[in-house]
Amino acid sequence: MIKDLIKSGIDEESKPYWDGLIDHKLLIQQCEDCQQSIFYPRSICPHCFSGQLSWFQANGTGSIYSFTIVHQGYGPFKGEPPYVVGIVELDEGVRMMTRIIGDKDEISIGKRVSVVYKEVEEDFVLPYFQLIA
Amino acid sequence: MKSERVAAIVGVAESDLGKTPGKNVLQLQAQAAKLALEDAGLTKHDVDAIFTAGNWAWAPNLMLAEYLGIQPKYTDSTNIGGSSFEAHVGHAAAGIKAGLFDVALITYGSTNRTKPTNSSFQSPLTAQYEIPYGLPTPVGAYALAATRHMHQYGTTSEQLAEIAVATRKWATLNEKAYMREPIEIADVLNSRFIAEPLHLLDCCLVSDGGGAVIVASNKVASKLKKKPVWILGHGESHSHNTITNMPDLTMTSARESGKAAFEMAGISHHEIDVAEIYDSFTITVLLTLEALGFCQPGEGGAFVSGQRTAPGGDFPMNTNGGGLSYCHPGMYGIFLLIEAVRQLRGECDVRQVSDANLALVHGTGGVLSSTSTVILGRD
Ligand SMILES: [Zn+2]
Repeated sequence: MIKDLIKSGIDEESKPYWDGLIDHKLLIQQCEDCQQSIFYPRSICPHCFSGQLSWFQANGTGSIYSFTIVHQGYGPFKGEPPYVVGIVELDEGVRMMTRIIGDKDEISIGKRVSVVYKEVEEDFVLPYFQLIA
Repeated sequence: MKSERVAAIVGVAESDLGKTPGKNVLQLQAQAAKLALEDAGLTKHDVDAIFTAGNWAWAPNLMLAEYLGIQPKYTDSTNIGGSSFEAHVGHAAAGIKAGLFDVALITYGSTNRTKPTNSSFQSPLTAQYEIPYGLPTPVGAYALAATRHMHQYGTTSEQLAEIAVATRKWATLNEKAYMREPIEIADVLNSRFIAEPLHLLDCCLVSDGGGAVIVASNKVASKLKKKPVWILGHGESHSHNTITNMPDLTMTSARESGKAAFEMAGISHHEIDVAEIYDSFTITVLLTLEALGFCQPGEGGAFVSGQRTAPGGDFPMNTNGGGLSYCHPGMYGIFLLIEAVRQLRGECDVRQVSDANLALVHGTGGVLSSTSTVILGRD
């Protein structure tokens, strides 16, 4: 089970993010003082150390910053390769790791992508991304 | 201006390497420590500072020092991954300069091949935003960097393979190396993909092994039989923990750690005679050469082409056969130091780099996360 790998890490700080995904919302944070977007969830702004952070729903679009086609799976991913793990830069300016789904031959750095809510297990949703046609 | 000669490496040794079934991490460290002290002409009673790093105990220094029967007056378990031991050398030099101790024992031991230690902590904390996607760690993170470098600069798999091939040539000259069969660029390209664009032969070995390095004050070093290898400059930095948060996948904090080391040593790049550069993956080396300033960003592929880093090349690098072909027990940094010292002492027999006076040693830890650079020189 994939959620089992991280469930001990889901706490007050990260829960709004994970709960948002179940509702098909990609929630990230913004600093009310310096206005910068923030991901992953924190209790303090890594840009200006402000404690005034608020949640907002990201647009769910961005571009591919980098990616790799994984051929060696492990643990719960063992039977899955090949699959694509990427880093996407959201239009709000933050990066997140993700799976990029769709035709592997079409994937390249800089291409536009949009979020797809993937229920990988019951009550556990991950934000995957697909190429925007 | 050349830096002051305050502290030197005076002893180095490896433990058994490769596969060491039946030996635990303390045995490996004890074995290396004893050999390194003998190499230095010192005893364990001379040691007044202890440095180690590992995930085999909650407080490794306590367990190791008790096992060895040493009560130190200075202790440091800085763990920033594979570059920890270059940082330890820097910290030891700083502590000696401050007059806090005279003889530091730095050790490492790992049974990563036969009996990997469990590094799973109670909570993944910030790793929870990466773990669910199935990126094999660390190779997947380095693959992300390689993809980006290829996109940005046109770097090719052939250029990365040049590093693996050249490093294997050095390994053929080192009887302690685990993989000694020569390979060609095509062998690297035809080996299976682990995480594209990295092939199996772009990746380091998985070994057991340990090592030890003795750092001593000028006062102690000048009385010993073997010539001291002076610590002329050092620097360290880290830029991120998770690969998603690396500010620029093509630029490591070697830019900062290298600059600090060169400035402290008061030397320039062309004066370096031999380089020992962390090679967890071929891309690690390429990014490091650029970040250290041996070439411009994007020129790393051309820099290593034509087997320039191989025996007989213009830029002798990873002369023991590296993590790619000699050994790699997970945190490889101590072996870079051991080889650099042997090169500067002229102890390397068939793989000896002629007139090796100045060496650069550079560790990279985590997922391109931490870097530490040490510049060493002989009298
Ligand atoms: Zn802020």
